[in-house]
Amino acid sequence: MSEAITESGPRPGTAFDLVPKATAPQTAKEFKSDQEVRWCPGCGDYAILAAMQGFLPELGLKRENICFVSGIGCSSRFPYYLDTYGMHSIHGRAPAIATGLAVSRPDLSVWVVTGDGDALSIGGNHLIHALRRNVNLKILLFNNRIYGLTKGQYSPTSEVGKLTKSTPMGSVDWPFNPLSLALGAEASFVARTIDSDRKHLTSVLRAAAEHEGSAFVEIYQNCNIFNDGAFEVLKDPESRDEALIRLVHGEPITMGKEAEWSVVRTGWGLGVVESSTVDPADVVVHDETVADPSYAFSLSRLPGLDLRHTPIGVLRSVKRPTYDSIVRDQLTEASTGTESGAELEKLLHSGDTWTIL
Amino acid sequence: MNESAGSSAKQPGDKQIRQLDHVVIRFAGDSGDGMQLTGDRFTSETAQLGNDLSTLPNFPAEIRAPAGTLPGVSSFQLHFADHDILTPGDEPDVLVAMNPAALKANVADLPAGATVIVNIDEFGKRPMAKVGYAVSPFEDGSLADFTVHQVPLTSMTVTALEELDVAKRDAVRAKNMFALGLISWLYSRPVESTIAFIERKFASRPEIARANVAAIKAGWAYGETTEGFAVRYEVKPAKLPAGNYRNITGNTALAYGLVAAGVQARLPVFLGAYPITPASDILHELSKHKRFGVTTFQAEDEIAAVGAAVGASYGGALGITSTSGPGVALKSETISLAVALELPLVVVDVQRAGPSTGLPTKTEQADLNIALFGRHGEAPVAVVAASSPSDCFHAAIEASRIALKYRTPVILLSDGYLANGSEPWRLPEISELPDLQVSYADGPNHTLPNGEEVFWPYKRDPETLARPWAIPGTAGLEHRIGGLEKKDGTGDISYDPANHDLMVRTRAARIEAIDVPDLEVEDPDGDARVLALGWGSTYGPIGAACRKLRANGHSIAQAHLRHLAPMPANLGAVLASYDKVVIPEMNLGQLSQVLRARFLVDVVGYQQVRGLPFTSTELESVFEEVVKNV
Repeated sequence: MSEAITESGPRPGTAFDLVPKATAPQTAKEFKSDQEVRWCPGCGDYAILAAMQGFLPELGLKRENICFVSGIGCSSRFPYYLDTYGMHSIHGRAPAIATGLAVSRPDLSVWVVTGDGDALSIGGNHLIHALRRNVNLKILLFNNRIYGLTKGQYSPTSEVGKLTKSTPMGSVDWPFNPLSLALGAEASFVARTIDSDRKHLTSVLRAAAEHEGSAFVEIYQNCNIFNDGAFEVLKDPESRDEALIRLVHGEPITMGKEAEWSVVRTGWGLGVVESSTVDPADVVVHDETVADPSYAFSLSRLPGLDLRHTPIGVLRSVKRPTYDSIVRDQLTEASTGTESGAELEKLLHSGDTWTIL
Repeated sequence: MNESAGSSAKQPGDKQIRQLDHVVIRFAGDSGDGMQLTGDRFTSETAQLGNDLSTLPNFPAEIRAPAGTLPGVSSFQLHFADHDILTPGDEPDVLVAMNPAALKANVADLPAGATVIVNIDEFGKRPMAKVGYAVSPFEDGSLADFTVHQVPLTSMTVTALEELDVAKRDAVRAKNMFALGLISWLYSRPVESTIAFIERKFASRPEIARANVAAIKAGWAYGETTEGFAVRYEVKPAKLPAGNYRNITGNTALAYGLVAAGVQARLPVFLGAYPITPASDILHELSKHKRFGVTTFQAEDEIAAVGAAVGASYGGALGITSTSGPGVALKSETISLAVALELPLVVVDVQRAGPSTGLPTKTEQADLNIALFGRHGEAPVAVVAASSPSDCFHAAIEASRIALKYRTPVILLSDGYLANGSEPWRLPEISELPDLQVSYADGPNHTLPNGEEVFWPYKRDPETLARPWAIPGTAGLEHRIGGLEKKDGTGDISYDPANHDLMVRTRAARIEAIDVPDLEVEDPDGDARVLALGWGSTYGPIGAACRKLRANGHSIAQAHLRHLAPMPANLGAVLASYDKVVIPEMNLGQLSQVLRARFLVDVVGYQQVRGLPFTSTELESVFEEVVKNV
């Protein structure tokens, strides 16, 4: 497939080769629906919505050929606020529904909006299978590490010991690392971004949109009502440089204002060390196209429970045939070109038949 | 089996030929003995002779239960006749038993005078002891009422194949084909089509093909030459309506019906399915027909299977999911979503005996309640039931028609008996099939007071109460739908109490508004005071029982419900016009309960849940009791 970049509009060889393109420039306003947005004031979802509405015109696809499918939870109200096609479905099942849609409609850009409870708890099975199949879906997981819509129970990404209404003595379950899970599920595209960093968020959304196959994006999103400040260490100008690793394809992986920390190979995986103690040649140069998922997995394991050394950006982006395109190829291959009525007649009369006069 | 008087004839080889009007044969053996294949082939030979027929495969859930044990017995029963028949037969006239377990498990079903053909090679002391025969059944008098043929099937097969280059093990495995050759000779069935079938099936292993063909021929030759079988039989072709016929199982017919529905609707078909007995063959069959634009998606679970079907429907395809009872339970929440979304969806439930895993390979019709009521909230759907294997084709088209026209989930009920049973099917002309074409919304459908033309996703067709099917990709109709309650017309989220009340009632009304034909009653005598009413696969045994009753001078009317929701408009009047209504069901009275509640009719229920279809004899006695007492 060609890697050439055209002057404007999407690059060929991307997820939306078959999606009709807009004929005139679009604006963010066109993507706002007439529905009143009903998230709590201050919710991180507002920022993600604004970034999406700002980003979609850049994609240059016909608005009617974009479809958002969501499950249940605060994040899952997302489709109501975008003037595209959309379905607010049932808890955990959005990847399954979106799979049926994407497989039967190659002319659509299909997005799944989900949360940590929706995608990782009740819908965990659908998520991992969509990822392994590599269905052409863009899955945005808004991770706020809490159940918001049901008013504050711990979620599958909550830290151990979380005090919530359902865990007055602290939660006892070990959390998922969503990126590790996605990589274990054979995901071909895995990325992470943060609600408060619009520029980074937009760049990750663009990379996800263009990826042919399942794109999994974890978005750290603040729930200011039930889990306020969950990602503060990654946002506070005082601490963020010591906590965030900004991945850039083709560049050495370092962190800190003066790149005073570096990522190097240690033991079975990767680790963060003081830059002054290593030969610059030993600093890992980020390559999102590494075929072996162990590399991206090692990146996903860098942060501890305190979120220090959290990588953001695209961890993995590899090419793998998509489920839906192979399914369509089989349909094309099977097609006989015969008129369907005549073909049906043939089918019914197949096998041993006899005539009674 | 009734022998016609004076129809004996001489035949080369000095064997008499006697005419019979019908025969019931049961092949029984270990689940590894190939009894289903033997039965299938005998059925195919019989179908081509023009007999009417009906089959009942009966096999364990285990793929290979321990050899030689009672739970491992697999059987295939075939009823064929020179006239139109409705059931696979109550009692076998002939039992072919490949081992002691097969004899022991089936002998109680035989009427006095039946013929028993046993593979005597397998009746050693240990195999007999394994199933509890302390004394050989050939010596203890327990088979005194039957004509027993002790045939060394295994050793004769091995001997017959000595000349060929086949392993002993493969030669032993061909004994079912020896038995098929013998029975084919006995009932004058041609074996050419079976030989052709074997050559196709084992094209890549010609030595196995040769062994099986040789075994069939040896079985046939044994029949011709042995003195053990002095008589052979013929069953003349049945006088069936003119047309082209093929033999078909319910699952194949159902899959063909779904393909046909896609063709007749000019829509791509999308099947989401998770493997489950006895529905998996629908997935297998549909996966062969991609040339019709049929996509099959083997999902990660039952919920994903129906979810993907809903997604495909949303995108403009005919979305279908196929399953059995446990799968319906899992899909329940998503079916409710489809009720709220008002999108077409066909849910095929091939019922099996429950609850839970129950008897996965045995039949039952105990999912009527879950089909009618098994969802949260007020979530009405249409329910359609097939009544015979070939009727599964037409029932699938009807379910699809309703789903597409009314944009609603439709539950299509089949069952294990229909799924695996078979019968001759008069092939329909494509031109006879209904046109299912529907159109997608393509522009605004509402004018606001200010004159602006807008699209309202929940503005309904006044006749069908269906909302427009506006698929993604249609410019100007961008809208959002979901499980939250919607405002009538606009489809916006609405928490308004009066609107919810209106929407709940409207969803119920639109199911009731579905056009279903009136219930037809068959009462050839015209003076029946008792109605036998059924639904689903009980059609055959109920019909056969009614025929027997009428032949004995009693009047009885028969009617069968294809539509369980909504029910035919004349049903109440039909029920009220008989002194008694008898309803046989393979459940504990689910239809009876619905009709009692809805029409205040004191119906007489008759139920059994043995995992097997009713016999016509038992229904005859049930009906006779009611008829005599009105």
